[in-house]
Amino acid sequence: MSSPLDARRVREDFPILDRTVRGGGRLVYLDSAATTQKPLAVLDAGRDYYLTSNAAVHRGAHQLAEEATEAFEGARARIAAFVGARADDLVFTRNATESLNLMAYAFSNATAKAARGSDLPKGAERFVLREGDEILVTEMEHHANLVPWQEVCAKTGAVLRWIPLTPEGRLDLSDLDRLINERTRVVSFTQQSNLLGTVNPVAPIVDAARAVGALIVLDSCQSVPHMPIDVASLGVDAVAWSGHKMLGPTGIGCLWATSETLASMPPFITGGSMIENVTMESSTYAEPPKRFEAGVPMVAQAVGLAAACDYLDALGMEKVAAHEAALTAHALTRLAEVPGVAVVGPTDLIDRGSAISFTVEGVHPHDVGQVLDSSGIAVRVGHHCAWPGCRAMGVPATTRMSPYIYNDAQDIDECIEALGRVRAVFGAR
Amino acid sequence: MEDLYQEIILDHYRNPQGRGLREPFEAQVHHVNPTCGDEIDLRVHLEERDGTTYVEDVSYAGQGCSISQASASVMYDSIAGRTLDEALEALARFQEMVQSKGEIAGDEETMGDAVAFAGVAKYPARVKCALLPWMAWKDAMVQATEGDDRD
Repeated sequence: MSSPLDARRVREDFPILDRTVRGGGRLVYLDSAATTQKPLAVLDAGRDYYLTSNAAVHRGAHQLAEEATEAFEGARARIAAFVGARADDLVFTRNATESLNLMAYAFSNATAKAARGSDLPKGAERFVLREGDEILVTEMEHHANLVPWQEVCAKTGAVLRWIPLTPEGRLDLSDLDRLINERTRVVSFTQQSNLLGTVNPVAPIVDAARAVGALIVLDSCQSVPHMPIDVASLGVDAVAWSGHKMLGPTGIGCLWATSETLASMPPFITGGSMIENVTMESSTYAEPPKRFEAGVPMVAQAVGLAAACDYLDALGMEKVAAHEAALTAHALTRLAEVPGVAVVGPTDLIDRGSAISFTVEGVHPHDVGQVLDSSGIAVRVGHHCAWPGCRAMGVPATTRMSPYIYNDAQDIDECIEALGRVRAVFGAR
Repeated sequence: MEDLYQEIILDHYRNPQGRGLREPFEAQVHHVNPTCGDEIDLRVHLEERDGTTYVEDVSYAGQGCSISQASASVMYDSIAGRTLDEALEALARFQEMVQSKGEIAGDEETMGDAVAFAGVAKYPARVKCALLPWMAWKDAMVQATEGDDRD
């Protein structure tokens, strides 16, 4: 396997990968689509912030508060730059799930407020839904980009529709003309499937959605950590992703949206820090991004995520993508050698990421994962929060390996070797 | 791993006892394990004889891992044909054992094959798998006896 990254060298920055598991075995961590491990630089950045500058940001007349604010806003600029965005267009959330909910709630809140004639930001009519309006998702969405839209429909009378899957696990766009129509108000879809590894074609969906004036939301949880992303060039209105899947800490997610989109959205979580003026009767709200960041924010996490961006940029996102492509090619080749193993998702390398789901004939994924775990191999099992996608593919659940920058061919080979033992344990026919 | 996949468990997994949905029944439930998608449909048939309620039959169908499937089979062996009180005791003992984090080994005398699930207690992620059929049965039993009250 030839790769532009030296995974062995990368691993030195991730002390957790040196630990042993299950009675002394080497840890082979192949669950990075769920969450990545964190390099020392990220841990140090968060710790340094607490050691030197910790204070509540955007308030207080003391030096620490100033430094904390600088650290927080500096982190915002750094993370925005990682995806080619302006700092003011980047909202920090708890995680990508909250980022997607923030978008969904803009619709249900604007619709509820419009019905009562309450104040809305200029341009908010874009977020007001009527009975029979349509929201389009895909059948491969993570629950985080499905359930919030189901809720919007339940609250507004909008109708949820979805792009179905081909047997290979790609989007079936043959009916796109009908699915995106004059009633379509929102198109929200994943750039890369966490279940299938499929990289979706953004451009044709964006073109169709633009033609009918629908607002476009992209779930980029599985793409921002894995490939170079320039949000502005995607042509979408909003992009959601999480920090912890790209070497950053847990507890921080990102929502990028165009300035005009953010400006026209009513607030989501309300309270301190997000206001302009408050009286007993009513309040007016701050400009974005602060309008969407109520309460004391996650400063250490932002600082840690900025360090993660530095780390990934030092490696080079092109090289990260090439390394993952090499691992994916190796894994798909090796998986094909194991009797009874079937990949769920694309089996070629075209528009395909490193999240590789598979089934083992006659053995339930939970049992597959348990046998792998006994060899120190950490994979994810279950429906991967994409239950409808599993049903569409005709499987109740899968086992998924998802290698990243610190994995090499040997990790894949050890996983394959352990997989070879699975069927014997259960006496599968 | 041998703690978890005891030969008794694998035997029940390969040759499940009492599998299949049967008539008659007073209550039917559908339970899922939302983290992994395992599902079970379960029916319970209670009968009263001489003032004592018997679990005349418990029948089930579903899909899941070896632990949840074997657990359903062992549960069938443990409670079908027993009195309701005995079945409730079996549930209590099983639940106590698998939720004990390995503290309670279980008594083979009273529990039979169900003691093989003691190892599951050391794998927190699998406790739910082992409990899936038992919780389904508990739910169905409650529904069936509530029906009695209305009569």
